[in-house]
Amino acid sequence: MDSFIVISVVKAVVVFGALLTALAYLQWVERKVIAHIQVRPGPYRVGPHGLLQPVADIVKLITKEDLSPPFVNKTLYLAAPFLAMTLALMSICVIPFGPAIRVGGVQTWMQLTDLNIGVLFVLAVSSIGVYGIALAGWSSNNKYALLGSLRSSAQMISYELPLSLAIASPLLLSNTLSLRLLVDSQAGGAWRWNALRGPFPQIFAFVIFLIAAFAECNRVPFDLPEAENELVAGFHTEYSSMKFASFFMSEYANMITVSCMATLLFLGGWDAPWPARYGSSLVPTVLLAGAGLMALYHGIHPWRRRDRYSLPAAGAVFLLAAAVFLLPAVQSWLMPLFWFGAKVGSILFAFMWVRGTLPRLRYDQLMGFAWKYLFPAAMLNLLLTGFLVAWGS
Amino acid sequence: MGDTGVPGVTVLEDDQAQSGPRRMLLNMGPQHPSTHGVLRLAVELDGEIIVKCQPDIGYLHTGIEKEFEVKTYQQAVTLTDRVDYLAPLSNNLGYCLAVEKLLGLEIPPQAQWMRVMLTELTRLNSHLVWLGTHALDIGAMSVFLYCFREREDILRIFEMFSGQRMMTSYFRIGGLALEPPRGWHRRVGTFIGGFPSKVEEYEDLLTNNRIWTGRTKGVSVLSLEDMLDLGVTGPMLRAAGLKTDARKDEPYTGYEKFDFEVPTRTESDVYARYLVRVEEMRQSARIVRQAMDGMPAGPWKAADQHVVLPDREKMKTQMEALIYHFKIVTEGFRVPEGEVYQVVESPRGELGFYVVSDGTAKPYRVHMRTPSFGNLQATSKMVEGTLIADAIASIGSMDFVLGDVDR
Repeated sequence: MDSFIVISVVKAVVVFGALLTALAYLQWVERKVIAHIQVRPGPYRVGPHGLLQPVADIVKLITKEDLSPPFVNKTLYLAAPFLAMTLALMSICVIPFGPAIRVGGVQTWMQLTDLNIGVLFVLAVSSIGVYGIALAGWSSNNKYALLGSLRSSAQMISYELPLSLAIASPLLLSNTLSLRLLVDSQAGGAWRWNALRGPFPQIFAFVIFLIAAFAECNRVPFDLPEAENELVAGFHTEYSSMKFASFFMSEYANMITVSCMATLLFLGGWDAPWPARYGSSLVPTVLLAGAGLMALYHGIHPWRRRDRYSLPAAGAVFLLAAAVFLLPAVQSWLMPLFWFGAKVGSILFAFMWVRGTLPRLRYDQLMGFAWKYLFPAAMLNLLLTGFLVAWGS
Repeated sequence: MGDTGVPGVTVLEDDQAQSGPRRMLLNMGPQHPSTHGVLRLAVELDGEIIVKCQPDIGYLHTGIEKEFEVKTYQQAVTLTDRVDYLAPLSNNLGYCLAVEKLLGLEIPPQAQWMRVMLTELTRLNSHLVWLGTHALDIGAMSVFLYCFREREDILRIFEMFSGQRMMTSYFRIGGLALEPPRGWHRRVGTFIGGFPSKVEEYEDLLTNNRIWTGRTKGVSVLSLEDMLDLGVTGPMLRAAGLKTDARKDEPYTGYEKFDFEVPTRTESDVYARYLVRVEEMRQSARIVRQAMDGMPAGPWKAADQHVVLPDREKMKTQMEALIYHFKIVTEGFRVPEGEVYQVVESPRGELGFYVVSDGTAKPYRVHMRTPSFGNLQATSKMVEGTLIADAIASIGSMDFVLGDVDR
């Protein structure tokens, strides 16, 4: 019993530490990706390539004046960012990152808690998450904020159904609600993942899930609740300092959660795309070694004077990391983490790519799209999957 | 509408507060990301539908028209830059042409062609800012930065010619302010050679994008009759189907020698205005190319020594030149009595300068018929009955500059 508590506490600290760091750096990555799409360098001043920008942002947001306007509904106004943040971080509890590992003779899962209804839990928590936005807009007593939260509620009603239906079909195939068992049922290579496996690949459900996920995270092209060109800042117009930062972080935490969910439900979680005996375990080594060699090459032929030392140093770090991936002792737990991270990262990159490319929908168009196209498509997909599963068994 | 006690100022009043549906009054602007400056829209909302919209202007009023009366004719050129700060050279041109008409000056061909080339670059500059901000309003972030990348090139060209990026004041009465710089040909050539492919890039991102067409097609349609009644001009009018363009209808400064099309559409919605302006960018690039290739040699300012400043070299060797320079700089030049109205096609539409001279060195009155003011009249009619998001799209499609509205 004691060891259970100790392990849980240690795991919670590790997971939340990693998550909060990831949140801060995800924002840096997004700014960099969008900047490069838009032919500009992005954050560049604080640290090399702006790598310390997240630290500077956090310091700035913490030290800013914490303003609450006199006309707000105090209780709800203060509760809303807290609610948004808590709920966004809560769903990460049930997400597994990898298989069982052994630390100091203790066997444990790379997961805070293995809930047997993990999928339902994540769905429930993410549905409550919209309360943070709705309450923030309502309690601010600001017209723009109110419009933003109204839009958010309308959006929730529209995307929630296709999202749930898209989740339901892979569940039929895997026959479990536990996220860990879901991954186990897809083990053995890309052709066994729910997105691709026969008799009926869930590729449509995957696409529907992704579209609905964009709406759930309030991301472009569905960023209506905070459409700055229409509603100034939408629901968080009246928020400043850390209260604003909570909304900001909850948005990014939600992005990570839905990317993890997409990976677990459709892309086989931490399962490698092809088995290790055909060399999938060499992929990270090859990638990192390639990056290291490239950095070394550019270090020898530098464009700028200061690159002469920094680039070879970066190259050496990459090569070292490549070597670490070859050690059999760490491979057993590092490889799953690598594949999981790679899949989640690709989906997160898609979020950023779309943001750099597409305009914004109107809110009636979003509702029309969700009800007229997404919902019937998800329904049809679920029906077909159900028939095929029943026929096959 | 209720009276505020201040003459001429009214505010929207919720007259149905007691009976009928409750409506929300929203004050959009003067500080709002999408009102393009300091326009205030007093909007009455039913849900997200705009029931009533009253634009309120005047936040950028600087009294420029009055200021003309205390400046000499030459000094006043710098005022015209500040009116429409996105198209300074079009304004310079309109004013200079009006005064030159009063003076009866003959402008040498090189100056004329240079003027055509630079005003067309101004049109590109203005349209690029319009496209960037319009796309940004609808949520397409990257187009904004792509447009500003090209605009930067144009501003560098302006800087090369005049030493200024925005407030160029490069056209002077009687010609140009400075001799065209060495190497301009290569600089402009490089830019204009690469520009058409950049327009393709913007179109790739927007023209056939389902979200873009969904947000712009059929939005804020206004009939041609309404537009003519309200005094709308320029690309908005051409998008409604009327083929009108001062460069073709009443050619000035040698536009009749250039070969270009006036694009029109008939849908009269936000999408049609977008297509018209994008096509105008292509046509402007064509004109710049023609002007550059066929640039005649010769003097770049008129030969009238009473009006045009003498060359530096002559000032150092001839006494009359020095005297003329001193006279023109200290007291300006006299313009014969009379009045004149000169129209140019600014990027936003018909820009007219009405100049009255009483025979002294300062204008008696200068009135501007600015296109933004006319176009802004259409706001209420266009946005009433639509959603907030549509209103943002329509405001973007009007392409007004508040400095141009308020003067």
